[in-house]
Amino acid sequence: MADATTDLAAPTPGRLTTADGRPLKAALGRAQSRARRRAFLLVLPLLLFIVITFIVPIGQMLHRSIHNDGFSRNMPQLSQWFADTEPGTEPDEVAYAALAADLKGAAEAKTIGIVGTRVNYEMPGTRSLFTSTGRKARGFEPPYREAVLEADPKWGNPSLWGTMRQVSRAYSPNFFLASVDLARDNEGNIVRAPQERRVYVMLFQRTFLIAGLITVLCLLLGFPIAHLLATLPLRTSNLLMILVLLPFWTSLLVRTTSWIVLLQGQGVVNNSLVATGLISDANRIQMIYNQTGTIIAMTHILLPFMILPLYSVMRPIPPSYVRAARSLGASSWTAFRRIYLPQTLPGIGAGALLVFILGVGYYITPALVGGASGQLISNLIAFHMQDSLNWSLAAALAAVLLAAVLILYWLYDRLVGIDNLKLG
Amino acid sequence: MKKALILSTALTAVAFSAAAEQITVMSWGGAYTTSQVEAFHKPFTAETGIGVVSVDADNPATPLKAMVEANNVSVDVVDVNTSDAVRLCDEGQLEEIDPAMLPPAPDGTPATEDFLPGALSECAVGNIVYSMIVAYDESKFPDEKPQTIADFFDTSKFPGKRAMWKSAKTTLEMALMGDGVPAAEVYDVLDTQEGVERAFAKLASIKGDLIWWEAGAQPVQLLADGEVAMTTAYNGRIFAAAVSENKPFVPIWDGQVYEYDLFVIPKGAPNLEAAKKFVAFATGTQPLADQAKWISYGPARKSSAPLVGLYQDGQTEMAPHMPTAEANLTNALPSSYEFWVDHDTELEERFNAWLAN
Amino acid sequence: MALPVYASPLERIWYYAYRVICALIFLFLIAPILIIIPLSFNVEPYFTFTEKMLALDPDGYSLRWYDTLLTFGMANPEAPRTSSWWMDVWNNAAWVRAAKNSVIIGVSSTIVATVLGTIAALGLSRPEMPFRRAIMAILISPMIVPIIITATGLFFFYSATGLAGSYVGVVLAHATLGIPFVIITVTATLIGFDKSLTRAAASLGASPTTTFFKVTMPLILPGVVSGALFAFVTSFDEVVVVLFVAAHDQQTIPRQMWNGIREQISPAILSVATILVIISVALLATVELLRRRSERLRGISN
Repeated sequence: MADATTDLAAPTPGRLTTADGRPLKAALGRAQSRARRRAFLLVLPLLLFIVITFIVPIGQMLHRSIHNDGFSRNMPQLSQWFADTEPGTEPDEVAYAALAADLKGAAEAKTIGIVGTRVNYEMPGTRSLFTSTGRKARGFEPPYREAVLEADPKWGNPSLWGTMRQVSRAYSPNFFLASVDLARDNEGNIVRAPQERRVYVMLFQRTFLIAGLITVLCLLLGFPIAHLLATLPLRTSNLLMILVLLPFWTSLLVRTTSWIVLLQGQGVVNNSLVATGLISDANRIQMIYNQTGTIIAMTHILLPFMILPLYSVMRPIPPSYVRAARSLGASSWTAFRRIYLPQTLPGIGAGALLVFILGVGYYITPALVGGASGQLISNLIAFHMQDSLNWSLAAALAAVLLAAVLILYWLYDRLVGIDNLKLG
Repeated sequence: MKKALILSTALTAVAFSAAAEQITVMSWGGAYTTSQVEAFHKPFTAETGIGVVSVDADNPATPLKAMVEANNVSVDVVDVNTSDAVRLCDEGQLEEIDPAMLPPAPDGTPATEDFLPGALSECAVGNIVYSMIVAYDESKFPDEKPQTIADFFDTSKFPGKRAMWKSAKTTLEMALMGDGVPAAEVYDVLDTQEGVERAFAKLASIKGDLIWWEAGAQPVQLLADGEVAMTTAYNGRIFAAAVSENKPFVPIWDGQVYEYDLFVIPKGAPNLEAAKKFVAFATGTQPLADQAKWISYGPARKSSAPLVGLYQDGQTEMAPHMPTAEANLTNALPSSYEFWVDHDTELEERFNAWLAN
Repeated sequence: MALPVYASPLERIWYYAYRVICALIFLFLIAPILIIIPLSFNVEPYFTFTEKMLALDPDGYSLRWYDTLLTFGMANPEAPRTSSWWMDVWNNAAWVRAAKNSVIIGVSSTIVATVLGTIAALGLSRPEMPFRRAIMAILISPMIVPIIITATGLFFFYSATGLAGSYVGVVLAHATLGIPFVIITVTATLIGFDKSLTRAAASLGASPTTTFFKVTMPLILPGVVSGALFAFVTSFDEVVVVLFVAAHDQQTIPRQMWNGIREQISPAILSVATILVIISVALLATVELLRRRSERLRGISN
């Protein structure tokens, strides 16, 4: 619409004027910038609200993914030595003296655990080295090299020093590398994590794959329902709507439990099949604690998120359009495909977006009904937040997830974007 | 509605302000919190006049860490497991607890000697011992009954599905014990590359028959539904199912992995003195013994063991159901927090990679 | 959409097949809800249909989980069930308090999210809106960030601003989580919206406010309502933020449900679900009856 008006004004610049004598182009420009301002002002309150109550706090949280001063703040002298020397420098007596002093200081300040934990993230098995040496650090006498090595010979390990050099800076890309199964070796080169520990890339793939599959299923199941509800008379459709809304209010935990009752080996579905003789008692179908269970339960939980947007877009579509198409000779399939379907695209777009994004984030249901394959990326994020308390890695994983979803959203907007939809 | 709520909060506020002081205790919820309320909170309020508010969390260590880091601590006493207690203490997020303030045993033994090994640390005081055990459904094995952890992994001798906790922790240890490693050597073996391979190989041998559970509530449900014949589970749940609900579930104590839950006081607790009083009171000999009346987790004090009496049903002797009962400890593994604090990220990643393939 | 007279045989088959398919999908939607109703009367603390239940033996059924809903957390559950007992339930029972909190927090956060979200969607759907994609991405990000990260981040923020442990804090947090739903559904409805209608209203002398309430609002109402429903449900089934941000006396129903899951999933959650099902059926039916009545009064037949 905006383009059309500029096109009109373009061929005869400066000629046309408004009633009060101003050049039309300037007046239009003013009107347009006023319209832009007005549109922006409508969005502004929410934008401010979200930026203040969400983007800032989450930004601070995600900042942890690149910033962890657990080592540098509590081991200041050794960090300084790392800053002063070239990578690969053999630790000399100065380095060991700094290490001994820092260990003693950290042990007294009760921050030795933070230091050990930070190094342990990069090099498993080292946390106890720090805490146990910290307890002995009070008695260290020069020469410090011998004293430290006597406390524990593991301090002579060059890769430990390489790791400490990496973590001596508060800002490091290591957590992001770890979140995509990469690591830095002693020389600082980026290498892949050992084969048996590569898990995050696989989990990201699996998460997106399952979410995509569930989105497709929800669309296939939701479209007929939404269409039926939108075309039935209100008094019938409102009653049927209850069937959509009831599962929707019901707690996630209740619905997940309920699916276990239905689908398990001794569950309602299997029992009914056995009772009716469709399958034998020995051949009960394994429908839960595997991918099937996850997909069934998740589709059920997310289906209303597809039906409701579809319904709210379909309801106002006048049935006369399809009738007109039919009267002009279109088959019912053609009328549906060429006339009805295009008008429902915004609803499909909104529903698919909701279901996909929610599907990426839900992890409790897959964890409870998904068996061995039920672990998704959010489970590991929760694990690192709640159990290993490695908040930096959790933040890095969350940031990667956020970025991946936003990129997908951008692509999606580009491909089926709401801007490009031509209606009518 | 709103008015009623304000009124009701006002009423509760009045009810609480009758007690001059009040502390907040954060724990794990469910039957466990109930046992603490009955054995600790109520007698504590009766004795000192200090009110106790109970709050629950999935893992209390997470909100604790957030509260201390944000300088906004609203709880006074928190119940955490051992590895979190050690980790948070080493990171300076907990108040130190001087063992001298803990009451001695009735016979005068000082607290430092009365607590089980590992139940007392700089910042934490153990209250219970809970355990991950194997349990089976008796009706599934009419002839020979499984006896050992090795039987759990022997699906040809004892056919039927199995369930295990979807976590590297305890699962790898049990796999090694099932493979014949004595409890005392488990962590030495697991500290080596070959040991880890061996544990995964043992799990792989029954992978096709395994169902993985996530929440502690699930394994008992799986047994009750007949989905599995044997499962790992927290001993307290198996006990409750067998005794209160008359289910034919039998625990196998061989190869149990036990751990402490401990009380800690977060740095910056609003009522530090009252919190210390509470910890000292709750971990006294008698309250710890009383807790067993409500849940079958063992007291962390030696002197409490002989005082453990009957279950709340008034007829079941609790002592033999404790993870710490002499007969149950013949091949038992104390979970090593040192090991898991060092290795949890590494092994958990590996475990998840293994599960997926 | 009755079957037109000119339908071909194939269309007739499809017409009935379509209804069967829809019936099956409705069954899929409702079966897990129906199954919990009998289970909530189970005498055992398991989610299993026992032999006794299947044989319809009254011994297999009980109201114990409904009783738990009332008595759990009461100051004096053993007292005779007089008016003061019920007063005790209303004030102290954990589930009743949770229900009150859920309603207060759910309704308030839905209002905040719906009002802010709808206004913003009006702006976002205007073609002249600058930086539309970027702003949209910011506004839907609360839906994408894993909830545990959001909860922790919000806790730090609220601790710094003194909102932690207050109703305002929880309501704002839940409103933030609900906003993406409102934005997405309302924008989708507005795309199909015929702009000439507002221009017609304006040309007939309506002020922008009048136009909005008399013309735009009635047409986009289904979208606004589904957005509001999403926002309400988001708050009504949210656990993690409540755990971090709310004070101990602000526990909600889902928080109460997830409590103690390390030990046991209490069948009381099934009774809660059953009660909610009954309440919502009653509510929806009332709304529908009122709608029919007003239709009749206005003489519209449908």
